[in-house]
Amino acid sequence: MSLIERLAPQEVGFPLPWARPARNKVRMSDALLLSMKVNGEEVEVAAPAHFTLLEVLRYKLDLIGSKQGCDKGDCGACTVQLDGVARLSCLTLAVQANGREVRTVEGMTGAHLHPLQDCMDKSVAAQCGFCTPGILMAAEAFLTKMGRVVTRGEVAEAMASNLCRCTGYTKIVDAIVDASAIMAEGKN
Amino acid sequence: MLRLPVFGSKSPTSIEELVMAIAEPGARIVAGGTDLLPNLKHKLHAPTTLVSLDRVAELQRITWDREAGLLRIGAGVTLTQLAEDAEVSKNFSSLSKAAGLVASPLIRNMATIGGNVNLDTRCRYVNQSEFWRSAIGGCLKSEGDVCHVVPKGRSCVAAMSSDCVPVLISLGAHLVQVGPEGRREVAMADYYHSDGIAHTHCQPGEFTAEICVPIAKTPARAAYGKWTVRKSIDFPLISVAMHFALDRDAADATITEARICLGVLAARPKLLKVDALVGLRLNDPTTAELVGELCFKQGKPLDNVPYEAEYRRKMLRVFASRALRDLLA
Repeated sequence: MSLIERLAPQEVGFPLPWARPARNKVRMSDALLLSMKVNGEEVEVAAPAHFTLLEVLRYKLDLIGSKQGCDKGDCGACTVQLDGVARLSCLTLAVQANGREVRTVEGMTGAHLHPLQDCMDKSVAAQCGFCTPGILMAAEAFLTKMGRVVTRGEVAEAMASNLCRCTGYTKIVDAIVDASAIMAEGKN
Repeated sequence: MLRLPVFGSKSPTSIEELVMAIAEPGARIVAGGTDLLPNLKHKLHAPTTLVSLDRVAELQRITWDREAGLLRIGAGVTLTQLAEDAEVSKNFSSLSKAAGLVASPLIRNMATIGGNVNLDTRCRYVNQSEFWRSAIGGCLKSEGDVCHVVPKGRSCVAAMSSDCVPVLISLGAHLVQVGPEGRREVAMADYYHSDGIAHTHCQPGEFTAEICVPIAKTPARAAYGKWTVRKSIDFPLISVAMHFALDRDAADATITEARICLGVLAARPKLLKVDALVGLRLNDPTTAELVGELCFKQGKPLDNVPYEAEYRRKMLRVFASRALRDLLA
């Protein structure tokens, strides 16, 4: 049991999704058994039909890297990849990810930093860090799709879904352009 | 944190299963979910079942039906697919541009053309959280019984804010609707009502399967102009789509047929009366002036989306002439 699951709702002070079954009238028997591949690992998880992919990732699978920001598709903090395509997990129903491959920022943990992570670090492109998981997921999908060195203008257009209130974007764009050079070089 | 209301879900894999699934009471279609899910999180609808289109492969194709002279776009085609399709962009640059201007890249990765055509109407007083709406007692489209846009108004004037709809109307497109009674075709110009609450002629148990755009037989040029607060993420404040059939493919060609459609005025996109343009030369300065004048005279925005109606009306002229300029390039 994770730390957040052990917290009783009254200690948190705001409604936790698992503390509201009575009000939502959800019975466990209504839950659907979903199977998906999350960061390369086959996962089976039970969740009601009205859960978003983000809620399943964060509250059922404990993958709290993807952030819950605006929760209505404006901020991009919840960006994940579904079958290699970047999308907003707060507006994706968990059942839509059933049988598919999900990649979250947790999938970027390995012995070595991903070129994007390395460049984000070197350019100091993360300040508070709340938008960073979403930026990494959106940027990785974008660079994989382009497969070449990208321009600042292309980055600005491709990353228009992801809001950052700290950096002013300049350093994020620097990092993505640098990473595109490293990733394109690695391919050749 | 915004919670979705409780509902069940179905994921049909064929058109037949889909027809059966949405025939059930309380069923509603979800395609990309980028418009429906925020509305559900704001408690604007309460469906009992959401029927997802994402596994119906038949709806996810773009086909060129040369025999019928139509481009057939499946309702489940995402806006990214549509905007990045090289053939579509070559033949229907205005449609490709409009699809590529919708919201933000991630939303376009999810949102579908079928959803964009059936996009719910929007209003600054209704697309708000339940808590926000409770402060003004709701409105005709939500919990209340008054209109905050038109005082004493008895019908909803929420705006059709889709980018692709005015363009598709200007291109003379039609929809293929599939329901329990089979298939029927409906011209997009006749598909929309002026009632912001039930703004389409979509019958109960019916869904849009295909969007068909006629391939122009004569030389033609089309353009789309959209004004937004920011460069990305936003719905249009006003939108202008225009299509001109020409006697030859050149900037100084003579207009043989013109269609101009304005969006974001009210629930129904407005197809303008533009007979005066026929016979004029495309690059004639008086043509540009007349196009701006026609848009300004016939387009009457309301205070249903951000920015003042009067200001938006003046900008119709600006964006119409900018769209026309794109078309001469």
